[in-house]
Amino acid sequence: MTSSTKPSISAQHLVRRFGHFTAVDDVSFRVEKGEIFGFLGPNGSGKTTVIKMLTGLLPLSGGHAEVEGFDVNKDAEAVRENIGYMSQNFSLYTDLTVSENLTFYGRIYGLSNDHLRKRMDEVVQLNGLGPYINRLASRLSGGWKQRLALGCAMLHQPKLVFLDEPTAGIDPVARRQLWDLLFDLSGHGITFFVTTHYMDEAERCSHVAYLYFGKLIADGTPDSLRELPDVQLPGTLRIEITTPQVTRALRFAREIPGVRSATIFGQSIHALVDENCDMEGLRKELLKKNITVAEIRPLAPSLEDVFVELTSKHQAEQEATRE
Amino acid sequence: MNNVFRGFGAVFYKESLHIRRDFSTLFFSLIIPILQMFLLGYGIDTNIRQINTVIYNADGRQQSRELLDRLKNSDTFHLIRYVNNDRDLNDAIISGKCRVGIKIPVDYSDRLLHQTGAQVLVLIDGSDSSVAGQAINVTTAIGLDESLRRVLASSDATFPVEMRPKILFNPDSRSPNFFLPGLVAVLLLNVTTFLTAFSIVREKERGTLEQLFVTPVRPMGLLLGKLLPYLAIGFFELSMLLVAMRFLFRVPIHGSVLLLAFLSLPYLFVSLSLGILISSKATTQAQAMQLAFLTILPSIFFSGYIFPRETMPKFFYVLSYFVPAAYYINITRGIILRGAGWVHLWSDALVLFMMGSFLLIIAARRFHNKIIMA
Repeated sequence: MTSSTKPSISAQHLVRRFGHFTAVDDVSFRVEKGEIFGFLGPNGSGKTTVIKMLTGLLPLSGGHAEVEGFDVNKDAEAVRENIGYMSQNFSLYTDLTVSENLTFYGRIYGLSNDHLRKRMDEVVQLNGLGPYINRLASRLSGGWKQRLALGCAMLHQPKLVFLDEPTAGIDPVARRQLWDLLFDLSGHGITFFVTTHYMDEAERCSHVAYLYFGKLIADGTPDSLRELPDVQLPGTLRIEITTPQVTRALRFAREIPGVRSATIFGQSIHALVDENCDMEGLRKELLKKNITVAEIRPLAPSLEDVFVELTSKHQAEQEATRE
Repeated sequence: MNNVFRGFGAVFYKESLHIRRDFSTLFFSLIIPILQMFLLGYGIDTNIRQINTVIYNADGRQQSRELLDRLKNSDTFHLIRYVNNDRDLNDAIISGKCRVGIKIPVDYSDRLLHQTGAQVLVLIDGSDSSVAGQAINVTTAIGLDESLRRVLASSDATFPVEMRPKILFNPDSRSPNFFLPGLVAVLLLNVTTFLTAFSIVREKERGTLEQLFVTPVRPMGLLLGKLLPYLAIGFFELSMLLVAMRFLFRVPIHGSVLLLAFLSLPYLFVSLSLGILISSKATTQAQAMQLAFLTILPSIFFSGYIFPRETMPKFFYVLSYFVPAAYYINITRGIILRGAGWVHLWSDALVLFMMGSFLLIIAARRFHNKIIMA
């Protein structure tokens, strides 16, 4: 057992190249024990590649990574003893029953018969799989497949579990239930490394990082990211304008002096305005265009705002260096 | 923790369940070789008998009719047509209705009588070499025998040299005896190479292989766990084929059945390993299928199953040393027909075992380097 102050994952200057293409470019981060680490980024940005590197599936082209205290390049087998992994498509054997799937994964990790039986009971209890224990995995709905896959990944009591897009294609109720389960488990000291596209899921993580085409452009708690100077530009204010005529309002709002940027969010507009902007003036300007505004209120940036800002800033920097 | 077979038990358990769940695939894999054995066992006779023959007997007298009777009694020729001119004789062969044409000239009896040397024309269709060869041998032998009898009859002497051939191990030259022991080797591919060829590629397609790679299972544990359930199936199939061969086709087994069972294990092992290697190379099940088919023809044609290996061109003769079925056919024919024992066959078994280990190690190396994932 390593000392509890050691991180669950420590990644330093990770690089992975495929031929001339650099899929992961100098990525460093730390995941502490018991965290729910949200790993975000657009499709094809290299999230799965990073997971494969950390689980020993892909050798590193450069850098150094330790998972649960073991070097992923030198001691991949020890790493695998201590982690669980649930891939994007819940890799279950669909022609096997729930209990057969669990038994198989338990035996792969070398659990003794007694220990396996005990752990299966615990996992079945925890995941609520009891009623389905003898059902073929192919006949489970998406949400239950996901729970079974999670159960298989947790059977050997890993200290760290990788979940690669665990909620893709799952209904909202199952999604909520999975997250409740993750919180429950992380309370027991298990670390989760989760990739996702859902911003509401990202908000629930204790630690998030954002990978943008191989580069890590954000890393911290959701609150600390909201306060980044790049996101919260000095002298600016984020506001929400609620109006029934969002599309028309958006067009005019962008022309009003003092408004720096604006985007639609459902029935409202999120806008970045000068700090000293006059809210009443704004309302009057819009009224002149026959747009009635129900409410204008200041707004803390969402994580989505954070990532949009950071991405556009990163793109601008990239273009600048190219020129 | 440095157990190279780690995960073997778990994979064996899982693979056995897969096989049980997909019972129809297993059923067809087992029954099709049996059906094929029926077809080939009853349908194929490698002995050349009753060749369709056309006769132009221009002589027509006693002596010539005696000669025709001898041809008929040889069992090699089936005299189906009698013609009266050269044209019709030729046409019967060109049209494919007859393979052999025999013309007895008009002066056959006269020449015999005057001892000036009678000639008989034998026309042979060469488009099937084995038929042609048999026709040449039998007609020449009959001619020689006729001549000798006539010469000896006038001089009162005996045959100075007499060859007395004795065929060991299949005295009646029964086709099933020769054919079925070799067929077993080819038919076993259906439940060995073919079944395992799918086993890994299926997991690649489902994405479960990736999941397995994140567990501590070792390549050898994975491969042997996948291989061994099929070894049991292959062995079961072998027993069914041997029972059908022995009791339906009445092919006697001269050697030890136990030894045959034991020496079959290395062959099953090679065939299964070959399937595993194919499966680790292929990316889709369709590809695996094509690659598995690639193993069948060499097993038939370069193994000595139909054509003797010794008569192959040098290159292919050397090639045949790499065909597992060649060794196994030597084992099956050896034990079943010749009553061979361990001392005669251990080297074949050893070669098979080494081939199997070699193939399996190559497959395992591919997993080690994660070539499969890239």
